[in-house]
Amino acid sequence: MEHSIQLLGHLRCPKYSSIRGTMLSVFVKRGSSSRNISSLLSRFQSTLVIAEHNNEKLLPVTLNALTAAKKLGGEVTVLVAGTKCGPIAEQVAKAPGIAKILVAENEAFKGFLPESLTPLVVASQKQFNFSHILAGATAFGKSLLPRIAAKLDVSPISDVIDIKAPDTFVRTIYAGNAVLTLKAKDPVKVVSVRGTSFEAAKLEGGSAKSENAPSGEYKTDLAEFVSQELSKSDRPELTSAKVVVSGGRGMKSGENFKLLYDLADKLNAAVGASRAAVDAGYVPNDLQVGQTGKIVAPELYIAVGISGAIQHLAGMKDSKTIVAINKDPEAPIFQVADHGLVADLFKAVPELTQKL
Amino acid sequence: MARVLVGVKRVIDYAVKVRVKPDKTGVVTEGVKHSMNPFDEIGIEEAVRMKEKKLASEVVAVSCGPAQAQETLRTALAMGADRGIHVEVAGAEYDTLQPIHVSKILAKLAQDEKADLVIVGKQAIDDDCNQTAQMTAAILNWPQGTFASKVEKTGEGLTVTREIDGGLETIKIKMPAVKAKKKPIKKVTPKDLGVDTAARIEVLSVEDPPKRQAGAILPDVDALVAKLKEGGHI
Repeated sequence: MEHSIQLLGHLRCPKYSSIRGTMLSVFVKRGSSSRNISSLLSRFQSTLVIAEHNNEKLLPVTLNALTAAKKLGGEVTVLVAGTKCGPIAEQVAKAPGIAKILVAENEAFKGFLPESLTPLVVASQKQFNFSHILAGATAFGKSLLPRIAAKLDVSPISDVIDIKAPDTFVRTIYAGNAVLTLKAKDPVKVVSVRGTSFEAAKLEGGSAKSENAPSGEYKTDLAEFVSQELSKSDRPELTSAKVVVSGGRGMKSGENFKLLYDLADKLNAAVGASRAAVDAGYVPNDLQVGQTGKIVAPELYIAVGISGAIQHLAGMKDSKTIVAINKDPEAPIFQVADHGLVADLFKAVPELTQKL
Repeated sequence: MARVLVGVKRVIDYAVKVRVKPDKTGVVTEGVKHSMNPFDEIGIEEAVRMKEKKLASEVVAVSCGPAQAQETLRTALAMGADRGIHVEVAGAEYDTLQPIHVSKILAKLAQDEKADLVIVGKQAIDDDCNQTAQMTAAILNWPQGTFASKVEKTGEGLTVTREIDGGLETIKIKMPAVKAKKKPIKKVTPKDLGVDTAARIEVLSVEDPPKRQAGAILPDVDALVAKLKEGGHI
């Protein structure tokens, strides 16, 4: 019921006054229950989710974006674009409640460049007239969605943590120190979704059909993908790991991170770092947790030698349990830690690893 | 040689703990220390370095905001920018100014000033949007090199190393492209530039995030192991 009220509220918006008459007359003719009103109205919400993948595997953040899309009500379409889409479309098809999958397999999408993907999404938007376009707030989503929004002349909404209504979104500002609820006035909502704020949709029970996305000249000479250097790791991926062990400036060197890798192995944890540790060159930048790095919300976050600057807390303070190991009892990290240990990390971490 | 336009924003200093206003309309900005957005400082430094390497002929700093935005422009000039453009936006108009508006302003100036490269920080640390570069590039139909950690001039274009989720990525982009005292500051308005700054969003509320309670300090590693067991983590 709450759902239908939200949708009705949305319809009162003057923007939709032109369709209101038609919709209500359909309702009267059919003499339906309020449940049918809701399903009818929700037809006017239709969401495109842009799948993030690497031509082999669907990346997990897409599953979080699918849950956010469901929350909007209405039909959900998934766009799979890349140089190899078959396996990805097969994986997406298993997600329940998807209306259809648009597939765009083309050499032009090598490297997933926003310059080639944007015209594809704009062409799809022209054909299907979606009310919402969603993707995960990852490096891929953050790079692509604002370009699409500008081409549609709408103001995008970044990194949302909740959806209150089809036009009302919640996001954090000032490094997570304030929570902004906003109403988007533009007709099309282009939204990136914080993965840790929405459950992952399950890939079972669905049987969505694939069809070809609108074809066009998507090859661009504006930009060219050259190469990628991905950090190799057998550990779980940082943003979806259940346990994260992070090191900061207190680690003193890159070699000392081995202490954290040993601890992480015992806990099947991912390893993260503060910006100070990245800037000092101890670890690569893709391990950075914080306002301008990755946002994580694991069951257990162990901060080692991290003081707890505002910018770092922005990336981890939604963790379920926070443990801090730091020799400075005044470190701000202790103000958010559930369990604090004031100790020399070079003694405490090996002891902890050994006792687990 | 290229003319480089660098967008800079005046924001609450990164070290300040912001306070939400009791009426939930925003955060307190009066009497609070402001400075240049840290990512824009990196943008100015990169542009000035390009000038030192004779890859850039002129560095033009642009800031959109109230009168105090001129302080930020002066900082950019002190860092080595050649001149500044202040696009004056204040009051309620500034409260709802979004990256889409700033991008349209930057795109218009890039054309007017015949810029070959626009540099902006990857995100402002106040709104945390991370949108302006991408949108400016889209409006100009120029390529974008976002989250750049290294920029090199190669032939007619640029080779950009980008920080992505799994590591680093290298792309080549064509120029023109978008990747942030006594010298003159020119003042214009969005209207002068033909940019409509009508609000695209309505702020319903700005609130404090849920507070986390500080827990307990444990005496030793054994106590920590016991707590982890208790919590079902091991």
